[in-house]
Amino acid sequence: MGTCETILSVKDLRVRFRTLDGAVEAVKGINIHVNAGETVAVVGESGSGKSQTMMAAMSLLASNGEATGVVDYRGRNLLTLSKSELNQIRGRKISMIFQEPMTSLDPLYSIGNQLIEPIRRHRGLGAAQAREEALKLLRLVHIPDPERRMKSYPHELSGGQRQRVMIAMALANDPDILIADEPTTALDVTIQAQILMLLAELQRKLGMAIVFITHDLGIVRRFADRVYVMRYGEVVEEGEAEAIFVNPQHAYTKMLLAAEPTGTKAPPPPNAPVLLEGRNVEVTFKIGGGFLAGEPLILRAVDHISIRLKRNQTIGIVGESGSGKSTLGRALLRLLPSDGLIRFGDRDISAADRRAMRPLRRELQLVFQDPFGSLSPRMTVGQVVTEGLLVHEPTLSGRQRDLRAVEALREVGLDPNARNRYPHEFSGGQRQRIAIARAMILKPKVVVLDEPTSALDRSVQKQIVELLRELQADHELSYLFISHDLAVVRAMADYIIVMKQGKIVEEGPTEAIFSNPQATYTQTLMAAAIDVTRFRLSA
Amino acid sequence: MLRYVFRRLLTAIPTLFVIVTMAFFLIRVAPGGPFNQERGLSPEIKANLEAQFGLNDPLWLQYVHYLGNLLRGNFGPSYNMPDFTVTELFARGLPVSIQIGASALILALLLGGLLGTVAALNQNRLADYSVIALAAAGSTVPTFVIAPVIQLVFGLTWKLLPIGGWGDGALLNKVGPVLTLALPQIAIVARLMRGSMIESLRSHHIRTARALGLSDWSVIVKHALRGAILPIVSFTGPAAAALLTGSIIVETIFSIPGIGRYFVDAALNRDYTLVMGTVVVIALFTIVFNLIVDVMYAFVDPRVRYD
Repeated sequence: MGTCETILSVKDLRVRFRTLDGAVEAVKGINIHVNAGETVAVVGESGSGKSQTMMAAMSLLASNGEATGVVDYRGRNLLTLSKSELNQIRGRKISMIFQEPMTSLDPLYSIGNQLIEPIRRHRGLGAAQAREEALKLLRLVHIPDPERRMKSYPHELSGGQRQRVMIAMALANDPDILIADEPTTALDVTIQAQILMLLAELQRKLGMAIVFITHDLGIVRRFADRVYVMRYGEVVEEGEAEAIFVNPQHAYTKMLLAAEPTGTKAPPPPNAPVLLEGRNVEVTFKIGGGFLAGEPLILRAVDHISIRLKRNQTIGIVGESGSGKSTLGRALLRLLPSDGLIRFGDRDISAADRRAMRPLRRELQLVFQDPFGSLSPRMTVGQVVTEGLLVHEPTLSGRQRDLRAVEALREVGLDPNARNRYPHEFSGGQRQRIAIARAMILKPKVVVLDEPTSALDRSVQKQIVELLRELQADHELSYLFISHDLAVVRAMADYIIVMKQGKIVEEGPTEAIFSNPQATYTQTLMAAAIDVTRFRLSA
Repeated sequence: MLRYVFRRLLTAIPTLFVIVTMAFFLIRVAPGGPFNQERGLSPEIKANLEAQFGLNDPLWLQYVHYLGNLLRGNFGPSYNMPDFTVTELFARGLPVSIQIGASALILALLLGGLLGTVAALNQNRLADYSVIALAAAGSTVPTFVIAPVIQLVFGLTWKLLPIGGWGDGALLNKVGPVLTLALPQIAIVARLMRGSMIESLRSHHIRTARALGLSDWSVIVKHALRGAILPIVSFTGPAAAALLTGSIIVETIFSIPGIGRYFVDAALNRDYTLVMGTVVVIALFTIVFNLIVDVMYAFVDPRVRYD
């Protein structure tokens, strides 16, 4: 809990970006303040201006951005300081950690080198003393074997460890304020929890104020003293965290709080036919090897997994990155070579080649995570959606295809007029709808959904989940729903498979897994995923 | 790493073999032979010459002989300059070409790198547009235009430099050819450097360095520049192989006794041995410089490991 002394206050801050389409105002005159030692959360969805607010305060805007207003840190306006004056405050009094732990460290220098640099710069210590300090910091953030890690390069560390190193660098000079810009968004749930615990522990020890920039209400509820809710560059609501959760005033805050996906999926009748079955499926990758390079390393990404997907069933495949869940999905669609038996309906497709698979592809569809990368930017939405028809229903006339596109777009809740426009004109959620329409137009039986909601804002996630459920009910679809997000899986799947390192650690009906997880790994996952139901409004 | 270098050198042997074989037969597919063009050569003399050089033997036997000689480091005599062996020609010409080429390469890397960095740091400002314009000019104006202009301005008008000739390697004689050879390379390096530096400056770890309050010098030189030179390192391999083996245009216009002229002259005259020698030298340079570049890459970028 902070004292009442205000150390940072943002007054009437505006951030503008000059673009080819004219100036865009990302932040529209907001006021925010931070008291010593407290935790403030700035919450909003993508495009709300929450990150740009803090980037502006730290003079880290992109070169086409400019900020006006006042960012007052202990009586000095950061926006008018010279660069050398500013560099006395950045990294020393106010420091920052970022969303992308994989790319936020310089890949070309060792961890030790990067840690020592800001210590020497701001404290003027000698090399040996700075090294000692760096070691102390690595211990502080619980990096195992710090002596050895000093010599490591960023690519030799996991995402969680890199984020710990980032935190160590940010705390090197005992700052007043730590700005954490979505510090856990890119991490697996168990790692997220560890990093959040670490930040809380360090705040207790060191007493700095923390500004959390986040879209994750779980973090806000658990850690923040005060909250600012932002939308479209404006603060729409502010107040004590507890008050905002219990009694939100603004309609947008209420919508955010209600945006967690809800509901459950009933299992299919016991006599429903099995549509897609895998028995002892195994996928291995060879790493290295070749002429004079010795034996290759064999990586078993999917290790003897059996799965039976019935009609109208949704199996959720849950696991952290590297668990092999996406690889399994692809192997079952025969998009990757695999060992073991795979059956689709009554056909054995274990050995089917590309040509033999082609007629089956219309019934086995795939929707990807990235709604930005998976739609060709040079095709209109209509072309994207109807491309599969050219292969699978070549006898259709152009006019018939167009009618089918209208029907498919309407079914996923998009205006059919969208078919003459290009993907870049649509938001992330709309693009995911286009990707779903592209799969649905072929009237598939099985759809593999590979993290279809992970790149989307919470409020949009909920809509996509509801859309997928409606489509399933209308067409008796079977889904293989691959996700690391337990809240979404719980709302979507009637059966869950938990994967770790290519193996199934636990499987069973959704409610059984959630109410009584058996495997320790599942229990860890559950504990780590902040229980969303606690934060729902008891209307 | 040593193991990697050893493996790369081993794989160079079959590569070289394929190149030598293809060149050997391709040059012989071309119509004519080394003693065809010279007018007034009586049939008897021509037959004698061909017999002496073994050109009447079956093709496979010539090939076997050539390979055998090559393995012993013997490139054979030049057919058109019978007083010299190919090895002697290279021993005289190669140092000249290497001096000019290496100077041009170093100049291009330093000046091009500097210009590209300055442009990137002043993106979309006057300095940037000036570098872009210079680079466009440098890469579009051909060397056979640059060279005479240098001769005209520096040699004839201002009389600062000799117009041509090697002058036993006098410094002033090298300025013209080095400049001519370097200008297009400077343009290429500047453009490459500008692009990769802009990308490097936008990367997340540069944002981290700024957020930590590091000085501009550290942000730009230590963190941004080191990442930005990786594409330049890749470019240097093939560029070095091309520059060090000489340029026919520069050597002809400035009358320099390098080996760049040999390739074209020898090919036109069907001087089989000299063509083959040039092919082997250029192939060797290419292989070796690409290997050097890959090894350097591992030193600049710790993510690259060969084992």
